[in-house]
Amino acid sequence: MTESTPKIRLRGVHKAFAAKVILNGMDLDVGVGESVVVIGGSGTGKSVMLKCILGLLKPERGSIEVDGKEVLGIGQKERERVNNKIGMLFQGAALFDSLPVWENVAFGLLAQHLVSRPQAKEVALSKLAQVGLGADVGELWPSELSGGMQKRVALARAIAADPEIIFFDEPTTGLDPIMADVINDLIVKITREVGATALSITHDMASARKIANRIAMLYEGRIVWAGPTSKIDESGDARVDQFINGHADGPIKMAVRA
Amino acid sequence: MNFLQPIGRIFLAFLATTGHLTIFTVAAIGSCVRPPYYPRMILRQMLDIGYFSLPVVGLTALFAGMVLALQSYTGFARFSAEGAVANVVVLSITRELGPVLAGLMVAGRIGASMAAEIGTMRVTEQIDALTTLSTNPLKYLVVPRLIAGLTMFPFLVLVADVIGVFGGYMVAVYKLGFNASNYIQRTYDFLQAEDVNSGLVKAAVFGIIVALMGCYHGYHSKGGAQGVGAATTNAVVSACILILCFDYMLTEMFFAK
Repeated sequence: MTESTPKIRLRGVHKAFAAKVILNGMDLDVGVGESVVVIGGSGTGKSVMLKCILGLLKPERGSIEVDGKEVLGIGQKERERVNNKIGMLFQGAALFDSLPVWENVAFGLLAQHLVSRPQAKEVALSKLAQVGLGADVGELWPSELSGGMQKRVALARAIAADPEIIFFDEPTTGLDPIMADVINDLIVKITREVGATALSITHDMASARKIANRIAMLYEGRIVWAGPTSKIDESGDARVDQFINGHADGPIKMAVRA
Repeated sequence: MNFLQPIGRIFLAFLATTGHLTIFTVAAIGSCVRPPYYPRMILRQMLDIGYFSLPVVGLTALFAGMVLALQSYTGFARFSAEGAVANVVVLSITRELGPVLAGLMVAGRIGASMAAEIGTMRVTEQIDALTTLSTNPLKYLVVPRLIAGLTMFPFLVLVADVIGVFGGYMVAVYKLGFNASNYIQRTYDFLQAEDVNSGLVKAAVFGIIVALMGCYHGYHSKGGAQGVGAATTNAVVSACILILCFDYMLTEMFFAK
């Protein structure tokens, strides 16, 4: 891997569900240590893109590289090795209901038998502290937590194994503006502390502006604009302008009937 | 021509489901023989299936044994064969009613809960989360349930056999006035190891069926609460039908001369 090799590279990725084309030759590079946010309307394929990189969905065509190595079509063992580099914060937190909070956080460590249970608990409590949650929260069940706390626990789980890459799937969806900002601050702080490469997807522009070094806009299955966060207001692309300003009128037509 | 279309569609859907189920079964059984294993999950499932199903299986077996004694007594009294009550009760319970009733009751209790739990995990992305945490969902969710079903169903059926025979004994002795020691002697004399063993083999097969149907339908559920509800219904209905089909096939295998 050379200095210029991106951490993640997507080239010509196609994914369709029956006749509905979701990704239509998508290209994207995420550099080492960079924080890239992919924006786009609901149903444009942002989550599908993350799932393709994680191996949860198989694209029909294209190439996905992590650290310069192709990850499409690799075996299960190799996939586990790739996924060990990645932490993922799911949109709905996706905490395991049947496990207490600390076991959720330490799940990856315990499942791979990397540490003993007492050590795993120690790591879990320190990660919870990193996201601003006390040790008492570790003994609670996910159902006893508020939405914001669940997101924080999910964030702690995503960073538990000190991953090289972290994916954030709509990290602020469903949260009030203050809690959304708390989560944004945590994402910025933690990706810096862990030194991870971050790839986030969102349609919350406040969140995107706060956590991204670079923003890319996904529309009709392709990246239509990508550039530094500071340049998004001067993108010169009518679709980007419409999206970031939240206008109903513009080149992007929503499938809504009055 | 149009009336053939729905029939063809149903037939193709049936073939597709059979194919998917076969692939799922092979993958799940393949996962059973390859580490890693999750002992805590296996133990949890064994407790859930074995221990917490005891009341429902025990009550079902008790009343089945009691009603069997009563029915066979009133039936056999017509041709003065009341003495055969003990034989009928013990044979019916160990060969048929123990495994089948326990299987059906536990299919309702456990099959539904497995499908609902795994289905909810599917629609809330918890199964995706497992994969991202480098954990094979088949090994973590399905294998413990299969192992627990395979090992705990025979245990439940053994308990059901004992309680069912005891239910028959209670009615025979305390209601119908049978001599207690004679009843026990006839039960003991007539019972053969093959009767109990065939019931236990059936139980093991039913255990796999219930676990497999619960896991399969839960694992493939989609579409939120409605999808999980449909998965739960499908798991219970398919498990019950398969239990009755396999019961006939196993009975044919064990007892047809």
